[in-house]
Amino acid sequence: MNPEYRLYHPKWYRRRIPIFWWLKKLAYLKFVLRELTSLAVVYAVVLLLLQLVALSRGEAAYARFLDLLGRPGFLAIHTLVLLGLVFHTVTWLNLAPRALVLRLRGKKVPDRFILAGHYLGWLAVTLLIVWGLVGR
Amino acid sequence: MAASNQDQANETISLEVFRYRPEEEDEPSWQSYEVPFRPDWVVLDALNYVKDEIDGTLSYRWSCRMGVCGSCGMMINGEPKLTCAAFLRDYYPKPIRIEPLTYFPVIRDLVINMDGFLDKLDSVQAWLIPKEEKPVSEGEYLQSPAELAKFKKFSMCINCMLCYSACPVVGHIPGFLGPAAIALAQRYNYDSRDGGADERAETLFSHEGIWECTFVGDCSHVCPKDVDPAGAIQRYKVKATTEWYKSLLLPRGRR
Amino acid sequence: MKGRSIEPFFWSLFSSGGMLCAMVLPAVAAILWIAIPLGWIAAPNHESLVALVAHPIIRLALFGLVALGAFHWGHRFRFTLYDGLQLKHLFGLIAAVCYGTATALTVLAAYVLWTL
Repeated sequence: MNPEYRLYHPKWYRRRIPIFWWLKKLAYLKFVLRELTSLAVVYAVVLLLLQLVALSRGEAAYARFLDLLGRPGFLAIHTLVLLGLVFHTVTWLNLAPRALVLRLRGKKVPDRFILAGHYLGWLAVTLLIVWGLVGR
Repeated sequence: MAASNQDQANETISLEVFRYRPEEEDEPSWQSYEVPFRPDWVVLDALNYVKDEIDGTLSYRWSCRMGVCGSCGMMINGEPKLTCAAFLRDYYPKPIRIEPLTYFPVIRDLVINMDGFLDKLDSVQAWLIPKEEKPVSEGEYLQSPAELAKFKKFSMCINCMLCYSACPVVGHIPGFLGPAAIALAQRYNYDSRDGGADERAETLFSHEGIWECTFVGDCSHVCPKDVDPAGAIQRYKVKATTEWYKSLLLPRGRR
Repeated sequence: MKGRSIEPFFWSLFSSGGMLCAMVLPAVAAILWIAIPLGWIAAPNHESLVALVAHPIIRLALFGLVALGAFHWGHRFRFTLYDGLQLKHLFGLIAAVCYGTATALTVLAAYVLWTL
């Protein structure tokens, strides 16, 4: 069929995609929530940067920053941010076996090993950070 | 036992079917049909009952009725499914809403136009491009089970297009190659007999190739043959990225 | 391969940023912004923290974290806006805003960590 005719064929019915397409299916809603965790990520790195700035301005400035962190409003926001960050981590690591396919001696390494490796890596990094920050 | 079978014989289930008759109307409409409920029936059986006994004007595609031809894909209660694989008993007693596959133009009733999909298959050259041309007299291309295992999953695709109806990116960006086309390109890229990866790269690396994909993952979820097109696409992203860096950082000769 | 699309570059920042932040940020957030302000963990004293971030490797790591995190957000949010709000006609503007903000944050991080 002539491509131009096909493109403008007057009688084929073309359905519109609703603006809230992502509310129509649970899978889509989960996807959008997962993608919105990028906001938690950027918030976290910006806050980290601000904390470093406060640190460099001396003890008094840093103490004021810590006080701010202790305010209930910020604690509430930061709890949500932490949930977002954990959701990012879990959804990211769970997808790792789909992108990383390793073959050992001709056989595919089962997904659960790839997954276990990533989660153990997360645990190791977490412990490293705890060791680095706690008890200083 | 006999009494309950008797009761079941009289039970019906309602189908709410999308109708579109371009010669009669500009807008689609809905039509409701009461069909017998049989526990062993699939939605395709119900549609065939409608066509045989109630309304012969209903148009839809089907063929093998056993999940291998990929012809009977439709939206059932908003989910893309093969009608030959969707059992009435999983929906009974609620009505079943049947629509044509989303993100495709509707020709008539439940029949969609799939030219776009076929063009995409062509553009990724979803066929074997042999590494070395061999005349038949030289014998077969040999392949070990391990080599077969590398691409077998992707070769299970029956071109049913359920994945296209699941993918919101296909909906938003009609030019996007889509799950099945990319999975089939990978099926040949990973085939040890094939030497066409560079040729396919032109289409796949392009902006509407793989890069529009945001790994929603619903394509793999709805696939009736467990092809995992989402996995195929992510692996290609990794490969395309490494190739891109290699071509940037390594001198031509050493690539 | 090259010259086809610049996407692989942004995707590599997105994916490395995503992995790095996935590994590091939950612990950082839980300790710095929940546990310490709530007093569950003793706040590290100012001097030891200054000494910690004085280390060039730590500074480099922090720079990497902020830069990659910013570009992870930029790339991902760009697609969220396209698909979520169906704003494809603002393609160029959205890309500029997302990657532009990420670049600005990267430059800011470089400045802060250099002059710390």
